[in-house]
Amino acid sequence: MKFKYEIEGGNFSKAGNASSAVKKILKQLNVPPAIIKKLVVALYEGEVNVVAHAWNGCIHVDIEADRIFVSIEDEGPGIPDIEQAMQEGYSTASQAVREMGFGAGMGLPNMKKNADYLNVKSEVGKGTTVEIITFLK
Amino acid sequence: MVESGFYHALKVDEDKCFGCIHCMNVCPTAAIRILKGVASIRPDWCVDCGECMRACPVDAIFVEQDDFDKIFQYKCRVALVPAVLIGQFPEKVTEAEIFSVMRELGFTHVFQTEHTTGVITRAMVEAARDAEEKPAISSFCPAIVRLVQIKFPSLLDQVLAIKPPIDASAVYFRKRLEDEGIPSEDIGIFYITPCAAKIAAVKSPVGEEKSPINGVINMKFIYNKIYKLIKSRNETSSISPGEMLPLLSPGAIKYSLTGGEASLMEGRCLAIDEIHNVIEFLEKLEHDEIEGVDFLELRACDQSCAGGVLVGGNRFLTTERLNKRAKRFEGVADIPADIKAYTHFMANNLDIGPLEPRSMMALDQDMGEAMRKMQQVRHLMCFLPGIDCAACGAPNCQSLAEDIVRREAQLSACVFIQRMMEKHSKLSGEHALKIIEKIWGKNRLDKDCKKKGAENESNMEL
Repeated sequence: MKFKYEIEGGNFSKAGNASSAVKKILKQLNVPPAIIKKLVVALYEGEVNVVAHAWNGCIHVDIEADRIFVSIEDEGPGIPDIEQAMQEGYSTASQAVREMGFGAGMGLPNMKKNADYLNVKSEVGKGTTVEIITFLK
Repeated sequence: MVESGFYHALKVDEDKCFGCIHCMNVCPTAAIRILKGVASIRPDWCVDCGECMRACPVDAIFVEQDDFDKIFQYKCRVALVPAVLIGQFPEKVTEAEIFSVMRELGFTHVFQTEHTTGVITRAMVEAARDAEEKPAISSFCPAIVRLVQIKFPSLLDQVLAIKPPIDASAVYFRKRLEDEGIPSEDIGIFYITPCAAKIAAVKSPVGEEKSPINGVINMKFIYNKIYKLIKSRNETSSISPGEMLPLLSPGAIKYSLTGGEASLMEGRCLAIDEIHNVIEFLEKLEHDEIEGVDFLELRACDQSCAGGVLVGGNRFLTTERLNKRAKRFEGVADIPADIKAYTHFMANNLDIGPLEPRSMMALDQDMGEAMRKMQQVRHLMCFLPGIDCAACGAPNCQSLAEDIVRREAQLSACVFIQRMMEKHSKLSGEHALKIIEKIWGKNRLDKDCKKKGAENESNMEL
């Protein structure tokens, strides 16, 4: 079952809407709370990343009997050094973004921690795609 | 109907209910449907918050309460009085006066619910300190505990498993009376409740197996009785000496008001009242959007217990009065002297036991089946108009679609689908009316000049 959610770059007041929608679906599917929590935390981090850094993006969620596949795609500046971005505390967020309580440099590392599989593809000046897989069994 | 063992205090008076959608629209868990012209509450989904009761224009939703005479089944009749009852009365009425009147009504003992808040706070501070996951969530409000069980089961581990004052005080006073030599079966503890959720919590406690409370008395009922007696006394100026009680600390007096717990806890504490506000916040909390908060005080009613659905007085005035009363008791210790001898007993009796999830969100217990049903729901939503008019007897299109998939409703319940079916000659006008009567009751669309706002409204029976 496939779902798609648009994300608006720079609109922090809406950051979290897609994660909430996915969470509601997973609850309706009777996915165990612990799995929901992990996935939704990862998803929320991803959503905030798009809002904070990219121009726009979208989240694709594909739910199958044994796994949930999520792909967060954005059009944005891209990540020049993915390895560096995966380190805790590393952040390129602007001061304005940090003042809103975002941009602590925990985004990607936290996503990795909460996903069974994480893959980041990025092209500087074009955009980033983060893929997450969470196993249901 | 299978009630799944959960007692609910809120009931629908089917004679008074005329089938409107006020209650259905405000229900925070979408637990209400209209069937045969009256509201029906789904027991698995209801958290007893009382929003429906507040919204009902004809007082058709009521709380089931114990008959007052039930107190006389016991030799030792204890009234457990929460501070918000005192807050109903004008300043010139003293606590002593209120309690002496209650004894005249038949109680042998009058105790204050907030007597144990000092002990509870101490236990909560410690538990919150040790909590693996922050923020720790208070278990004070029974409607909120039920809400977490059905809507936010992943947060259940964060709820502090410590008895709220009502239970802790009931356990404490029962023990003390037993120690005075009164047999347990002679002791009847009756809680004067400001809300429906506490009634449900007593009849069907979460966590604990059996409630230490024997009955609940509607605060509106007892308030009227007390006030009448106090008034008549003033007129005859025969004020009898009041019952002296250990004084409550300012913290205890304000405990059930918004901020009452949060102000006593350590670290960054937030107090959130009103159930829709709580839901909004818990949604955020669930995906770790909220960081660095240590404690959450969550209450289902606006202005917390002062805004309880069974509190007759204005909630803002009640809050103001209690704050003023609290000022008069500055310097009173948080833990009353009489509890000190029971420190060990209380430490062993504050736990509420495990809280089980009761998720009502799932379309099916089996994940594969739930997926199939969700696909059906999405397909149905392609056809439903998305107007959320509630004319089908469900609160919105999404709920109708889910009900259809659960085989609890039919697509033709939608008045817009009916139009389309009539257009394609798949439904006769007569049949469509029958469907509407099934939901809204027979003759519901007949002319009725006595209804609210109609020509002869004043003739309505009140």
